[in-house]
Amino acid sequence: MKHRKPVLDRRQVVAEILKRRGDALVVAGLGAPCWDITAAGDNPLNFCTWGGMGGAAMIGLGMALAQPRRRVLVITGDGEILMGLGSLATVGVQQPRNLAVIVMDNEHYGETGMQVTHTRLGVDLAGMAKAAGFRAAGTVYSQAQLAAWIPRLHRQRGPVFAAIKVTTETAPLVLPIREGPALKQRFREALLGARAFE
Amino acid sequence: MTTQSEKADNMKIATPERKNRSPVTSHPSRSSPSWPDQLHRVLTDQRMRQVAYVPDSGHARLIELVRADRQMRAIPLTTEEEGVALAVGAWLGGERSVLLLQSSGVGNCINMLGMIQECRVPLLMLVTMRGEWGEFNPWQVPMAQATAPSLAAMGVVVQTADRAEEVVEIVAAAGRLAFNTCRAVAVLIGQRVVGAKQFK
Ligand SMILES: Cc1ncc(C[n+]2csc(CCOP(=O)(O)OP(=O)(O)O)c2C)c(N)n1
Ligand SMILES: [Mg+2]
Repeated sequence: MKHRKPVLDRRQVVAEILKRRGDALVVAGLGAPCWDITAAGDNPLNFCTWGGMGGAAMIGLGMALAQPRRRVLVITGDGEILMGLGSLATVGVQQPRNLAVIVMDNEHYGETGMQVTHTRLGVDLAGMAKAAGFRAAGTVYSQAQLAAWIPRLHRQRGPVFAAIKVTTETAPLVLPIREGPALKQRFREALLGARAFE
Repeated sequence: MTTQSEKADNMKIATPERKNRSPVTSHPSRSSPSWPDQLHRVLTDQRMRQVAYVPDSGHARLIELVRADRQMRAIPLTTEEEGVALAVGAWLGGERSVLLLQSSGVGNCINMLGMIQECRVPLLMLVTMRGEWGEFNPWQVPMAQATAPSLAAMGVVVQTADRAEEVVEIVAAAGRLAFNTCRAVAVLIGQRVVGAKQFK
């Protein structure tokens, strides 16, 4: 299969997705996905991970099950999701209607020196998600495909999965809060109000 | 708190025909101890909604009860670290979760526990021990020996229950400690309690 070169810009993609987030809860995988969602506008309902590689989709699952009326968006990297491929199966079994997993697939480990990942070498993440039981899963290469996928990410019955092929262009660092307890408490207070301190 | 049936289980362990099956003490599929049923009640009382697990035969009965309970969501995992990350999401979303695993699975959780420690997310792990008491399978021993030290190294409070009659009390207290103080607490349920697996 011939390789198709990614053309989309990750910052623009994430900004477009989050412009329509409404009251959605957003979890970001470590590294660039965190900078991307923060660049789109800091929000207390963002949970940015600075570690726990491979765990982003599972954080999203726990959150989606706890908050069935809220949309939960997991925005992560191809390297990050490759470390937790089993979680696709676990999500598939649970069938959360309100969860979307969105991979900024630059086909590289950007954070660690831009080594190629398995997705550059033929591994099809959307195919794996589909086979694991996601109700909708696709690979997005073009602006037109992105336009079609954005409403699905926000509204279609989940679990929904999109691997969005983005360039390896790195954007300026826009760093979120780092301290774990601050991130956690800010999120819980915004979501749960006084119950956050029970 | 010790019930009659628990006492009866312990008595059974000491009977001669049990001793004949050396080195085995008991096995969940051959006797049915009451502590898993009582643990299920503790999880209900403490409002645990998401129950994640990779099966161990020591947890078989509890998993059955959880799967039959409509107030709880049973979440089978492909690897134990998924349950650690799940606990973070559940807590952020306002629900409590608990992770059921065997001692080997603790090894799969290590890096993910860093997130729990850094974010001060409450986590209750119920770990059934393998490889420590009358074990037959030598491959279980290394991780059994490393279970408590590696949990401690990741900032998890470790408590052990080596007698059937103390399991429920220890788990109830561990759950309160975890959720009242926002910490990770693991209860190691000894192989003496769950029984060594028979290979015959
Ligand atoms: C368990 C673990 N292994 C390795 C690393 C080092 N690491 C940090 S980010 C990263 C790559 C992330 O790649 P990807 O998710 O594709 O994000 P990108 O930067 O490409 O957007 C790696 C390997 C880590 N933080 N944790
Ligand atoms: Mg990448």
